[in-house]
Amino acid sequence: MDATSHITLASLAQQVLVGLSRTTILFIVSSGLSLILGVLRIPNLSHGSLYMIGAFVTYSAAVFIGGSTGFWLALIIAPAVVALLSLAVERGLLRFLYDREHLMLLLFTFALTLVFGDLVKLIWGSDYRSLTAPPLLQGSFDLAGLPFPRYNLFLLLLGPLVALGLWLLTNKTKIGKLAKAAAVDREMVAAMGINVSWVFAAVFCIGCFLAGLGGALVAPTQNITQGMDHTIIMEAFLIVIIGGLGNMWGALLGALIFGLTDAIGILVWPQFAIVFPYVAVVVVLVFRPKGLLQSTW
Amino acid sequence: MLEVRGIHTYYGLSHILFDVSLTVNQGEVVCILGRNGAGKSTLMRSIMGLTPPKQGSIIYQGREVTGLKPHLLARRGMGYVPDDRRVFADLTVGENLEVVARPAAGGRGWDKERVYEFFPPLKDIDGRQAGYLSGGEQQMLTIGRALMTNPSFLLLDEPTEGLAPLVVKMLAQQIGRFKDEGLTVLLAEQNQEVALSLGDRGYIIDNGVIRYQGDIQDLRANQEIRRKYLMV
Ligand SMILES: Nc1ncnc2c1ncn2[C@@H]1O[C@H](COP(=O)(O)OP(=O)(O)O)[C@@H](O)[C@H]1O
Ligand SMILES: [Mg+2]
Repeated sequence: MDATSHITLASLAQQVLVGLSRTTILFIVSSGLSLILGVLRIPNLSHGSLYMIGAFVTYSAAVFIGGSTGFWLALIIAPAVVALLSLAVERGLLRFLYDREHLMLLLFTFALTLVFGDLVKLIWGSDYRSLTAPPLLQGSFDLAGLPFPRYNLFLLLLGPLVALGLWLLTNKTKIGKLAKAAAVDREMVAAMGINVSWVFAAVFCIGCFLAGLGGALVAPTQNITQGMDHTIIMEAFLIVIIGGLGNMWGALLGALIFGLTDAIGILVWPQFAIVFPYVAVVVVLVFRPKGLLQSTW
Repeated sequence: MLEVRGIHTYYGLSHILFDVSLTVNQGEVVCILGRNGAGKSTLMRSIMGLTPPKQGSIIYQGREVTGLKPHLLARRGMGYVPDDRRVFADLTVGENLEVVARPAAGGRGWDKERVYEFFPPLKDIDGRQAGYLSGGEQQMLTIGRALMTNPSFLLLDEPTEGLAPLVVKMLAQQIGRFKDEGLTVLLAEQNQEVALSLGDRGYIIDNGVIRYQGDIQDLRANQEIRRKYLMV
């Protein structure tokens, strides 16, 4: 009781909003993971590494260009760099493994996490970096008497935009429709004259772009360090699992559950806040072992 | 158009097709008849590059295409209608047709409007998700989908299987029109009536071996061979 006595409605609302903005980043990263899982059927363990690279590249690009412009450009450059890197990996290596068994693919993406981890060490060393958001997004504004960080508001606005973009991509574009078809029956898509390999390349690239975007967006909110790949990949996999493998809306739902329970945990019982989202995951899996929404597997 | 020379096809270790040869000339409708499990679908899959033969060769439009990837064969004008329908269940009827569309090399060719003219029932369900169609609708859709790639050679694998008599009749009638369109067709069938009414020539396959080949008239006349290899 003691621990909860300081909770007011306003602080709850504030914490929920903060949780929702963190949800944005979780959603962006998980949706990319889920996309690749759903269409290529590859559990991409290196997704977290790409997120980390996204954060480091954002830092370097923002510092190199400088000023507010630097930050805004870095938000575009970093995911693009990550997408290009992933395209090189896909065309150079991954595509030769599509017909191999799942274990091979899993091991391959695990190997990638090691390579990417070393790559980051090689380029950025083992010190952590920190990046400040541009003045426009710094500080807080007043929300019913409590401060609400502007950067979180920015994330809150961006989340639905990314969700809308993804929805349009998967439902309104040819590549999205082909991806949906190839997810279920790649052989039939190929028999209709479509080079499924390129469909996969595009989907992989888009999924990894989202990892990079997540990394770019998280950069001003925390230290950019080695090891940030481990945390996110675990969270992202849990989100995708509770949401339903390969289901985009599942990723959104999972991210919401994860982000909100995390935020409320911080408010209710700060010392053990980290436990809350994991308990939520367990509860979901007890009642819905296959995830909340329909899995494409 | 197509020449299959002594192919042997396997699924893993099980040997399915034994020294199968067949020819399809430009403009012909050739039927492959055989009981369930005889190897008709495997032969179709071998030609389409989905289950490439381990031995033998396949010549298509005068060129050796053995081992070529399915999408490249499709781009050379091979259209494929699989035996188990396999519509893209998550897409709508219209999307199923649109995503595979490839313009014809010359002339008007097939587009969505023409496929809907050819199979009018599809027009009314343009926006419906393909996973929720009846068997007949799915079959029209898979055929329509293959037409959208503007093939010059069409592989039709048991298009009438499991459909109501009225639907079978309608499909048979439309398949008969392919000839006038200048399409060359290789048709696998268990339904003898359909095959014998549509084909120019026929092959009988049994246990992965070609047992008979000849004109449709001869096949129609030869009751004995049909009883031997086609009666269940
Ligand atoms: N994917 C597969 N794996 C292993 N064996 C198969 C597979 N598909 C078919 N077969 C076997 O190959 C033989 C020929 O099958 P199929 O070509 O489908 O015959 P048909 O189309 O004439 O009914 C059958 O004995 C069948 O059991
Ligand atoms: Mg068959």
